[in-house]
Amino acid sequence: MKPRVAIVGAGPAGAFAAAALKRRKGDVEVDLIERLPTPWGLLRGGVAPDHQEIKRLEDTFDRLTLRRGCRFLGNVEVGTDVSHGELMEHYTAVVYATGAQTDKTLGIPGEDLPGSWAATEFVAWYNGHPDHRDRDFDLSCKRAVVIGNGNVAADVVRVLARDVDELARTDIADHALERLRGSAIEEVVVLGRRGPAQAAFTSAELRELGNLPGVELQVGDVTLDPESRAWLADEGTFTARKNVQLLEQFSSRPRQESAARRIVLRFLVSPVEILGGDRVEAIKIGRNEIVRDDSGTLRARPVDEEPETLECGLVLRSVGYRAIPLPDVPFDERYHVLPSEHGRVLTPEGERIPGVYTVGWIKRGPTGILGTNKRDAEETIGCLVADLKALPSPANPDREAFDALLAERKPGLVGEDGWRAIAAVELERGRAQQRPRVKLASRDELLSAAAGD
Amino acid sequence: MTYVIVGSCIKDDSCIEVCPVDCIHPKPGDADFETAEQLYIDPAVCIDCDACVEACPVDAIFPDFEVPKKYDYALELNEEFFAEQGTTEQRTAA
Repeated sequence: MKPRVAIVGAGPAGAFAAAALKRRKGDVEVDLIERLPTPWGLLRGGVAPDHQEIKRLEDTFDRLTLRRGCRFLGNVEVGTDVSHGELMEHYTAVVYATGAQTDKTLGIPGEDLPGSWAATEFVAWYNGHPDHRDRDFDLSCKRAVVIGNGNVAADVVRVLARDVDELARTDIADHALERLRGSAIEEVVVLGRRGPAQAAFTSAELRELGNLPGVELQVGDVTLDPESRAWLADEGTFTARKNVQLLEQFSSRPRQESAARRIVLRFLVSPVEILGGDRVEAIKIGRNEIVRDDSGTLRARPVDEEPETLECGLVLRSVGYRAIPLPDVPFDERYHVLPSEHGRVLTPEGERIPGVYTVGWIKRGPTGILGTNKRDAEETIGCLVADLKALPSPANPDREAFDALLAERKPGLVGEDGWRAIAAVELERGRAQQRPRVKLASRDELLSAAAGD
Repeated sequence: MTYVIVGSCIKDDSCIEVCPVDCIHPKPGDADFETAEQLYIDPAVCIDCDACVEACPVDAIFPDFEVPKKYDYALELNEEFFAEQGTTEQRTAA
């Protein structure tokens, strides 16, 4: 009997893992088990709609996994529809690739006021994630504030600031497009805790923010403090140097009074409190300075002065993702990962759990870009393949037995055919509107398309 | 001419695997690999063979005369990477 491997989570990490496994070991049965009716995780639900070129990676995922015989078992949630124990009864090995599903909070007063959101909720909403369709983003205010300087912050800033007619040519969810069409937002202020030299934007993202048609980018004074200047000269990365050069160019541009919208990048500032009665009305911002700590790291230290108050009606925080514990497998509460050694999952005592592996953000934390998962998957799958001979056969290795269990538990299971039916509907609708695709953005629509209704 | 990698690169290193002259950097294991936001082609070494273009899963590589306008900075950026972070020759010798 062929070894059977379940990969839990069909996002980029799970897809790269399935591809690596099929390439190294063709005679393994691979099932990609996914909570949503659609595969490819953040490639579909995270990557910004105006970055369509990156979404082409789905063709590669399709070719290297489903077209090579990996099965897609969608709309199945491990821990709810089927337990970890049941997977272990039916599979030789289980690989967790569930990502980092929640966001870090700011820990400041007012964070829970209506109008204050995790940027990732906004991302999931505009990308048509079915669990986020009904989020009510109120865009009737003039100013939005985005907290954070990373790629998710850059994405949400572009979506808020960009001309809606440009977004209308993408696969952005229709409900988001409609809401953005009525947006009253004129200014998006982006707060960075540290200085221009430490901004986590890539230079490509920063350049893009400076070149949106009809949008002015204001960056103010970007003169570096002495510590940052020294750091940039001695240890600074290529990207940090390019970012500082770009910011200097942007700061010397003339004002564009006629621009429809404005993006304002503010550095060395932290949110202190979000203010409002029954919804967000303003944000209090404290100034920081850069200091070198004992380990040599440049940190932001609050300056002792009265915080500034900035009126705004929408706050999106983007200060990092965090993984959440999975049922019946260990979890490292300190680093928010599934503890592992090169992808082999460990008990809290550091013992290997035979047959259980992990890959992607749940393994290494939310770092790196799409391609990082390919190398990560090579490591995990290398371990799995090396262990395969020594792993015991599961108690119930019969594929039909597991399929029968799933059929009983999950009548709405979406297999590869169902996913292809969803894709066909979306692409067909896209063709009619000259868009790459028009997403079905609710579970009901997805499931009825999958069923061919 | 030369090929040029643009900002939509996802660093999956398919191009590095197929490049016959080893002109795509940084490579996994290099000191500046993890912090690099994309990979770069050394225009001084590229032999215009097209292999990387075929390998790239997100079509992020273009011949220098066909770079889309929104990436018009990319050739210069690829050159700057090697000027500032070490040429292919220096990086390979290290």
